[in-house]
Amino acid sequence: MNRYPLWKYLLILIIVAVGCLYALPNIYGKDPALQVSAARGAEVSEITRYAVEDALDTAGVGYGDITVAEGNLVVRFQDEETQLKAQDVVKEALGRSYTVALNLAPATPEWLRAFGAEPMFLGLDLRGGVHFLMEVDMEAAVAKAEERYVSDIRTQLRDERIRYKTINRRRAEGLLIRFRDAEQRRLGIAVIEDRFTDLELEQPAAESDEFPLIARLSEAAVKETRRLALQQNITTLRKRVNELGVAEPIIQQQGLERVVVQLPGVQDTARAKTILGATATLEFRMTDEDNSAQDALDGRAPAGSRLYYDRGGNPVLLKKQVMLTGDYIIDAASGFDGASGSPNVSITLDGKGAKRFSDATAEEVGRNMAVVFIENKAETVEVDGEIKKRRETIEEVINVATIREQLGKRFQITGLDSTEEARNLALLLRAGALAAPIEIIEERTVGPSLGQDNIDRGFTSVKIGFILVLIFMAVWYKAFGLAADVALALNLVLIIALLSMLQATLTLPGIAGIVLTVGMAVDANVLIFQRIREELNNGNSPQASIHAGYEKAFTTIADANITTLFAAIVLFSFGTGPIKGFAVTLSLGIVCSMFTAIMVTRSIVNLIYGGRKLRKLVI
Amino acid sequence: MATTRQRFNFNFMGKRKQAAVFSGLLLGISLFSLVTQQLNLGIDFTGGTLVEVGYQQTVELEQVRELLSATEFGDAAVQYFGSARDVLIRVAQVEGKNSADLSGELIDILKQSGQTVEIRRVEFVGPQVGEDLQEDGGLALIYALIMIFIYVAFRFQRRFSVGAIAALAHDIIITIGFFSVLQLDFDLTVLAALLAVIGYSLNDTIVVFDRIRENFHRMRKGTPVEVVNTSLNQTLTRTLITSLTTLLVLTALFFLGGELIRPFSTALIFGVIIGTYSSIYVASPVTLALGINRQDLMPVEKEE
Repeated sequence: MNRYPLWKYLLILIIVAVGCLYALPNIYGKDPALQVSAARGAEVSEITRYAVEDALDTAGVGYGDITVAEGNLVVRFQDEETQLKAQDVVKEALGRSYTVALNLAPATPEWLRAFGAEPMFLGLDLRGGVHFLMEVDMEAAVAKAEERYVSDIRTQLRDERIRYKTINRRRAEGLLIRFRDAEQRRLGIAVIEDRFTDLELEQPAAESDEFPLIARLSEAAVKETRRLALQQNITTLRKRVNELGVAEPIIQQQGLERVVVQLPGVQDTARAKTILGATATLEFRMTDEDNSAQDALDGRAPAGSRLYYDRGGNPVLLKKQVMLTGDYIIDAASGFDGASGSPNVSITLDGKGAKRFSDATAEEVGRNMAVVFIENKAETVEVDGEIKKRRETIEEVINVATIREQLGKRFQITGLDSTEEARNLALLLRAGALAAPIEIIEERTVGPSLGQDNIDRGFTSVKIGFILVLIFMAVWYKAFGLAADVALALNLVLIIALLSMLQATLTLPGIAGIVLTVGMAVDANVLIFQRIREELNNGNSPQASIHAGYEKAFTTIADANITTLFAAIVLFSFGTGPIKGFAVTLSLGIVCSMFTAIMVTRSIVNLIYGGRKLRKLVI
Repeated sequence: MATTRQRFNFNFMGKRKQAAVFSGLLLGISLFSLVTQQLNLGIDFTGGTLVEVGYQQTVELEQVRELLSATEFGDAAVQYFGSARDVLIRVAQVEGKNSADLSGELIDILKQSGQTVEIRRVEFVGPQVGEDLQEDGGLALIYALIMIFIYVAFRFQRRFSVGAIAALAHDIIITIGFFSVLQLDFDLTVLAALLAVIGYSLNDTIVVFDRIRENFHRMRKGTPVEVVNTSLNQTLTRTLITSLTTLLVLTALFFLGGELIRPFSTALIFGVIIGTYSSIYVASPVTLALGINRQDLMPVEKEE
């Protein structure tokens, strides 16, 4: 009685061995390191490695291991000081085609890495860094799509020689096209229905000389617009984060209109915020030289022009027709203008943009062109208990210059306030514009010292709580208590191993979950041991009592744990970030404790007492 | 050795009227406090900006307040956080101001004092996020209760479900009430703790129910009250030991885990105590009051 077949012992041993193996990387610390990844067009290869080695050798900066994996090159260093020095050196050597980010690389030995064993992935509250939750302004995305239709329909109708009075975006939603007569409207409808299948048309009653037509985006098109806006924003955000040079960033969609951005180790949140949230882009427009800005100020703006202001607040009248938008820019670099010494941005256009721009400027040599800086801002405020969204578009003319010759692929713009602005603008133009404005609706920044404090405090609580429970169990249940203690220790190892294998994020509440698990995990053993005591009290033999104790306690343990698991699952499905971490460790703890408290203690008890004649049992 | 141990024989159910009065009193106080002074909700739920700064030396709160009073953050709430070198500053939503920038401005102002100030933590939560969270949090509690109701009804019997849910609702309301009466910070981690309390309290209740079910089969003669009493006594040691070990680790967490996790450990410590009480004095009496009897449990025997 009370013997396990060999395979059960083996199974337990294997699970324990695997658990130990995967938990092991966590006891090695982390090395300060540099992570080099490729930006535009470049590639990380052995050549990059030589370049890095060469640069560091020349500069006399000592370094450790260099590894190339998954498109990243990681260089390890003795301490943070060398790491910082090396960053400058490597940046200088590799140029702008690579991003060089500070990182902490796990100091896991080679043989462990061969098994794919890695330490736990620490959440931002433990490693420090910044977390943003951003909301994409979907109304603006749809409005932008409608604007595009306005201009496309205008061109189309002109090409088909259909006469209309005006095309405008309506205040609420949809477009309003006004025709001169019923016949033109009929023709217009035919063209729009043919070319713009995403639009749904409606014909309100005609008034004397006006034949209106309302076009709305179909529901499917609105949905698609929103989806694209989100996707495009995520892509742009990813590029911008790469430009910022952050190791192991997380950029994830959350729900239908939100994006989570997590930047470990970033402390300069102000810059991160400006860069990530900025919607800045450029537009190039010709100035209207036939009319004066004064006329527009007096309310007599000519049909094809619009009034803008420059940074000094002076009015400038520009043509509505856009010559070029920021979408065609493939590269931008900040620098200084050779002649004036003021900050500038050198811009490179793609082939299509270059062609368009050179065609457009060829006709305009000798005239003035303006560079318009456009930025959209959105914020949500609570006014009298109601949540409102407030939007603001800043359009500034940053520079007006005479076109001296046909412009092509490369040119410069000046008129920027500072080198900082030039630098940021260049970065934003490189990474591309956001499809729709985004607003930061949640920010959590954890300083590095607090992160370390949280780790230290968390692990101290786990340790102390663990030791208290160990002592209590040993005192209360003697030998059986020691078996439970072994199980509890294994439970802890298995939780850590599973967290490491799954690379689930460990957060401070996650550690709290581990602490709680330690306290609750012994419950299964308490149930079993109490049962054994009862059986003994009822006069059963020691062996029979052990057997019955495990047997009878099992349903209770299963029922009790499954219901707790429910609570943990609900927590996981609704929770965000840190709370999810708690749910994960709690669930893993429940599952592991079932195994250790039942199987592992049983195997120990069987090894000690099984198959022997026992006269009495100390429990 | 084993035979020398005293078996308990408390008449728990004999005191169920007194217990009902006691629970009713606690529930009354909790609900009254929730209605009159609500909860001291953290910015997770209300939205707003919170900045935790660390000074090299201890700092006077008055000094910090003075620094802020001349600025637009005049009505910011300033308090120590854990030690006299850590200060927590809470700013409500400022209208017409890009709230994401608030934290940056706040830090600039603090740095004017000339002291070395280190930013330990910045949290900004927009109003729409807070609102979502309040809703989701409430829903999460309700979903958890529904799932548990169904599972217990399936494994035991509907009357047990009602008893279990009554005990859980009792625990949640009183724990939330505790936070309301003392006006403790109620943040997201407290909500997580509440769900953990549900898990814990349920664990306790299920263990007792399991024994009640078993004893209904075994004790052919006992009245339901006797069966419940016996079951409670048989599981009492286990109930107390598990509560004790859990409280041991939670106390460690409370004292050593740092300020950030304190609301969480407070909620759990209180919740575990209430949960232990409720599995004895709420879950079982409610099940009894609903008229549980032997026949109800017959078909469920020997599953697997």
